[in-house]
Amino acid sequence: MLITILQRAVMQGTPLLFGSTGEILTEKSGHLNLGIPGIMYVGAISGVAGSFLYEQSVASPELMNPFLAVLIPLLCCLIGAGLMGLIYCFLTVTLRANQNVTGLALTTFGIGIGNFFGGSLIKLVDSDVPSIALSTTSKIFKTELPFADQLGWFGDIFLSYGFLVYVAIIVAIISTYILNRTRVGLHLRSVGESPETADAAGINVTKYKYLSTCIGSAIAGLGGLYYVMDYANGVWSNNGFGDRGWLSIALVIFSMWRPSISILGSILFGFLYVIPTYIPDISVSAKKLFEMLPYVVTILVLVITSIRNKKENQPPAALGLPYFREER
Amino acid sequence: MEQKIALELKNITKTFGSVVANKNVSLQVRKGEILSILGENGSGKTTLMNMVSGIYFPDAGQMFIDGEEVVIASPKDAFKYKIGMIHQHFKLVDVFTAAENIVLGLEDEKGFDMPKYIEKIREITAQYGFELDPDKKIYEMSVSEKQTVEIIKVLFRGADILILDEPTAVLTPQETVKLFAVLKNMRESGKAIIIITHKLHEVLSLSDYVTVLRKGEYAGTVKTSETNEAELTEMMVGKKVFLNIERSEPENCTDRLVVDNISCVNREGIKLLDSVTFTARSGEILGIAGIAGSGQRELLEAIAGLQHIDEGKIIYIDPKTNQEENLRDKSPMEIRQMGVRLAFVPEDRLGMGLVGNMDIVDNMMLRSYKKGKSVFLQRKAPKSLAEDIIERLEVVTPSSSTPVRRLSGGNVQKVLVGREIASSPTVLMAAYPVRGLDINSSYTIYNLLNEQKKKGVAVIFVGEDLDVLIELCDKIMVIGGGKIAGTVDGRNTTKEEIGLLMTKTSYEDNVKKGGSDNDEKSE
Repeated sequence: MLITILQRAVMQGTPLLFGSTGEILTEKSGHLNLGIPGIMYVGAISGVAGSFLYEQSVASPELMNPFLAVLIPLLCCLIGAGLMGLIYCFLTVTLRANQNVTGLALTTFGIGIGNFFGGSLIKLVDSDVPSIALSTTSKIFKTELPFADQLGWFGDIFLSYGFLVYVAIIVAIISTYILNRTRVGLHLRSVGESPETADAAGINVTKYKYLSTCIGSAIAGLGGLYYVMDYANGVWSNNGFGDRGWLSIALVIFSMWRPSISILGSILFGFLYVIPTYIPDISVSAKKLFEMLPYVVTILVLVITSIRNKKENQPPAALGLPYFREER
Repeated sequence: MEQKIALELKNITKTFGSVVANKNVSLQVRKGEILSILGENGSGKTTLMNMVSGIYFPDAGQMFIDGEEVVIASPKDAFKYKIGMIHQHFKLVDVFTAAENIVLGLEDEKGFDMPKYIEKIREITAQYGFELDPDKKIYEMSVSEKQTVEIIKVLFRGADILILDEPTAVLTPQETVKLFAVLKNMRESGKAIIIITHKLHEVLSLSDYVTVLRKGEYAGTVKTSETNEAELTEMMVGKKVFLNIERSEPENCTDRLVVDNISCVNREGIKLLDSVTFTARSGEILGIAGIAGSGQRELLEAIAGLQHIDEGKIIYIDPKTNQEENLRDKSPMEIRQMGVRLAFVPEDRLGMGLVGNMDIVDNMMLRSYKKGKSVFLQRKAPKSLAEDIIERLEVVTPSSSTPVRRLSGGNVQKVLVGREIASSPTVLMAAYPVRGLDINSSYTIYNLLNEQKKKGVAVIFVGEDLDVLIELCDKIMVIGGGKIAGTVDGRNTTKEEIGLLMTKTSYEDNVKKGGSDNDEKSE
């Protein structure tokens, strides 16, 4: 049973890992994007829409090209979520709108878009299916690695997931490497820590802010796509994604802005999320209390890092502040 | 020995709106030479150098590098011509290491190779005699280490012309000595160095040539070996200008505020105020002169109860009862109620004392909201006060309910000073009340201060313009490096005398550090 719990924890944690990696990249440029929950919804519905239209266009599921079945939703998701990031950037970087207000507005907007299209896609194509269920596409997304069922517990824990789980981990590792070991990472961090210093050093602050926010949003969008295609077996249900977007933002704080810690953090959060289901005879109210745990852990981390007050564990110094180049 | 001219400026002019920051300034600096740019606050030294480093663009004039005319439109252009400027406020990322800060923004086609960069940084530090650990984080560094990082940053980019903006302002005397040694090493290796400063002794001990600016204008260039302090001071402050501010004879003077030996130490352990002793008397205007940041602000804040005092006492003598009270034990609110008022006009004018988004009435209320008796605010009294100030001081505003930030600078200052005066203070402290004002508004403020003086208020006036101080104040106290450098009589002093006191203190401070305080004067 432990293996099953662990498996579920990883699967629960994957959307969070995508979300938090994306948000970390964004925050490293000094932008607190509270639109992440909405962006993940948009990422999900864009992928679903692309996939749905593709499934509708082929005569029968057997004729679907597995390569296209993956590529189309993937691209749609990246573009949809990336566009949301672009809206956020235009408002906060170019127009210097308040980041928190913009982010919250995008979250409301994104969830709305998700629910609207989730309910109305079917009517658009005059189909007779009762709800969107992309079972064929989902099966391709859920394809396990080879030998997953032949290697016992090892296969179950490490090889039994759809490819997006591995993508999430690889993206987190690559992000860590870029942030800490490359010139681009150094420049990006300097933009988030002290944009005026970066500007004086000849770094294009606006370009870095735009790129990191849009790329971060696209990565976060993948979290939404994973949820629908893999975790939910390709079935779209309104508000099904729940509060995972907020959990991703909590995970950013929990991991102290390090994608590498996010990998383990996401599994921990996932574990805390699924654990009540495995406790026998648990009451509904106790279950709700368990759902609080990731947030409680996050608050604990916040308290501890604040007390220790180590500079490296603090958020980027210019997080949330608009940057004006000083002019006279 | 024929040296090549590295940088030459010809007739540079720069204006900000109607303010002329630089007018027809020319200078040249050769390779293997240190040039000082000397001038008072606001004489345009930093503006001039910001043009060389590409932050501002000159309105007129020419720049030559190695004899060829160039256009420097951005900091990138400045890098290209191997000009590096070390600003007064460091531009460093706190959580990065020294090495990370040094290579920040660098384009290197060969990829990102930190060990190689660190190697090169070590070479530079060894070559010029710096002391720096490339792996140390900035937030763990002292001010002087941070400065070292900034200097290495420009050397790393291969700068041949180095500009340092007031490099010693933040250093201890020992660190200054070290810095000068490094600068001399750089001169030996053929770099052209420009330092901006207002400290005469640094000019004399370090530089080869001195270019003096006075109120944005070029006052001349002299060879350091052929000049002396007196000549430089005269070039700096210029000839006396007559302003015709009316000054009445002080009447019925009694001691009002006795500041006895107060010292303040900041968090880094640097003394902001060092055994300051003076007496402010009723019916007199006491002027305080000094280079910006010499402790004026801290002194006024200490009196107003806003600054923690480590040593000494401030005795306030009540004019009605003649009772003595030590302000050191009082809260700012209690001190205010005794009649000690502070009107501080900071550089940005709105930073202290007024809330920009609130209207004049609300800003009046900031001082009186506690007087109300019910839970609701009482707007009547502040409203009539606001209208009174608008009328009496000729504040130009659509109405008393216009947000303060929409008023022009002069009008904002009138509101600020007017509010403090309206409370019929016994001690009025006004710091830079005419900062950025036009002539007419300035005179309105001077007249207000004079009016208060006649009423028997002890006025303390911190000013920048020596001409004004000499004509307005009965006594002028010169402060330098947190110490009183001397007190002179406003009626028979000269600008040169004050100027020398202003610039000399820090020098004596350095020479006999920790020595006796015998250059202090008390009343």
